Amino acid sequence: MEEWVVNTFIRGLALGTPLLWAALGEIYAERSGVVNLGVEGMMILGAFSAFALAQTTANPLLGLLIAAGAGAAAALLHAFVTITLRANQYVSGLALTMLGLGLSALLGRRWEGLPLLDTLPEVSAFTYLSLLLAVLLWFVLYHTRWGIVIRSAGEAPAAVDTLGVNVALVRYLAVIFGGALAGVGGGFLSVAYRPSWTEGMTNGLGWIAIAIAIFASWDPLRAVAGAFLFGALFHLSFRLQTWVAPEPLQMMPFAFTIVVLALTARRGGRAQGAPAALGLPYVRGER
Amino acid sequence: MMRVGPFEIERRPDPPLTWILGVSLLAILAAMAMSGVIFWSYGVDPLRAYGVIIRGTLFNAKALPEVVRFAIPMLLAGVGLVLAFRALFWNIGAEGQILAGATAATWVALFSPVPDALKLPMMFIAGFVGGALWGFIPALLKLRLAVNDVISTLMMNYIALYLVSWLVHGPWKGPEMRGFAFTNEFPPAAQIPLIAGTRIHWITLVLGIALALGVAFVLARTRLGFEIRVQGESSDAARYAGIDPMRTTLLVMLFAGGAAGLAGVGEVGGIHHRLLDPNQISLGFGYAAIIVAWLARGSPVAAILTSLFLGFIFTSGDVMKVALQMPARVTDVFNGLILFWLIGSERLLFYRVRWAPGRAVREPLPVGGAGADPGPPGISGGDQ
Repeated sequence: MEEWVVNTFIRGLALGTPLLWAALGEIYAERSGVVNLGVEGMMILGAFSAFALAQTTANPLLGLLIAAGAGAAAALLHAFVTITLRANQYVSGLALTMLGLGLSALLGRRWEGLPLLDTLPEVSAFTYLSLLLAVLLWFVLYHTRWGIVIRSAGEAPAAVDTLGVNVALVRYLAVIFGGALAGVGGGFLSVAYRPSWTEGMTNGLGWIAIAIAIFASWDPLRAVAGAFLFGALFHLSFRLQTWVAPEPLQMMPFAFTIVVLALTARRGGRAQGAPAALGLPYVRGER
Repeated sequence: MMRVGPFEIERRPDPPLTWILGVSLLAILAAMAMSGVIFWSYGVDPLRAYGVIIRGTLFNAKALPEVVRFAIPMLLAGVGLVLAFRALFWNIGAEGQILAGATAATWVALFSPVPDALKLPMMFIAGFVGGALWGFIPALLKLRLAVNDVISTLMMNYIALYLVSWLVHGPWKGPEMRGFAFTNEFPPAAQIPLIAGTRIHWITLVLGIALALGVAFVLARTRLGFEIRVQGESSDAARYAGIDPMRTTLLVMLFAGGAAGLAGVGEVGGIHHRLLDPNQISLGFGYAAIIVAWLARGSPVAAILTSLFLGFIFTSGDVMKVALQMPARVTDVFNGLILFWLIGSERLLFYRVRWAPGRAVREPLPVGGAGADPGPPGISGGDQ
């Protein structure tokens, strides 16, 4: 029993890690005022590119690096379409998810089923690094000038604009940074958590990461708790299969997301702690 | 107004239909060209790919009915989404609503004591109710608890997916199916008739067209339609007009979910004649319906045309899968790129570029919000 609990905890950390990276990235993007629903797409592109590079170079860390690049590049597309062209952020994010899933399935086909020569352990220094990253991002967001600028771009873009801050630039950087983190999260899946590549292997984790950002009230430290809770839940949904049919268990994390959102949401009004200008393009001189 | 070299760029709030069509067509062509680059990096000569698509669709008598066959579910789900998006409810859950409808219809077909003569009508009714219920839950959660609609509708998709998967692996697994994860085949009375030689289940098609026309009428001519339009344009105006967002949103989502549910009925009743793996029941029709609705720019009647276009994309995907052995996900590449180009080119819709060399700018500066673009009709950004 004790071993069982410890095991659940460790596996929770393992699957919580990619969730945490993606959720932290989304928190930064949304804090700057841009919703990116393309997390699933950025994660799968990260997972594919990490696997492809780790497979050819036998270096999983290099894989994570390229995953960050792939996620950032995908996020740049979203940033350009939503910030410069001021297109609808929801639709652009959905397009990014479709494109990411399609592109990775197409380009990844010949990589399916190949083995990895060298992989990262599920729980390693990288896990502790992830925790450190969350603390660091929390500190930056709440206790530095950069953090104030990012949060203001999402709360009152017109006000920071008059102070000489380039709102578009801040948002671009936050979205791209968020994409890089989502990419690393995806890469962790394919070189560490389940060292392999199959199309669609993120399987909804990107959407859970967005939900974690919301019910963590866009706070990096709370996201840590959310990510590891869901990591443990995913693990349980696998472990309990000895006693219960797999499908209802696989359903559990997704149903639980709705329950948690319903429990943490405020009655009426917008979700607690949402940046005031979230989802709204900023045009100088308007309003 | 702006000058770029010899060109003048000016805003126009109401672009003519031809301009909308032209820009949309250009966006689609650009997306196709970009897909070509992706095919090339996959190792398929893009020119050959397009050749295969054109030969396999436009010059193939069997392909045209397939376009219609694929258009049916996306028309039904798309009409519902047009309405939901106009009421500013971000229903990304059509996929799950399709599966809920398919499940409800399967129950009627296989496990209910309904007499044969009433099987089909009852399947459609049950499918509508199943889908409506699936759309109702997130709507209620948003209105009562401010639960984000994008996330809740999406989660409902996964819940429906695993529900169907559980049913076909477990309690509903058909003893006649030799170990496959299918239910038993529907009895003949529960199979929707096809147009001979095609896979077009015409009853569902007629339903889709009727719903598109019906929604157009409701939007244009009724009090409820007026309320939906006002709510979609400004929540403040809706409040002043005494419109109850609870009532309109719930009604809209009951309908949107129900329409998607009908699409699910069509898939299991008309095509597969059984409940099976959820990824085979809906090939992502619920997500593609978002493009149907977005391309239709808020018009339910236009959704008939745009669903045919998406039907063409799915048929092309099929052709590429068979002729070039490409993964089925190739349609996602098309869909993602088309959606990007569509929303990316939206800015272009509301501007006109005029060739006017050497003309001095004499017009006075516009007063007030110069950048306040109206966005596409009936659809504007939502807040979270």
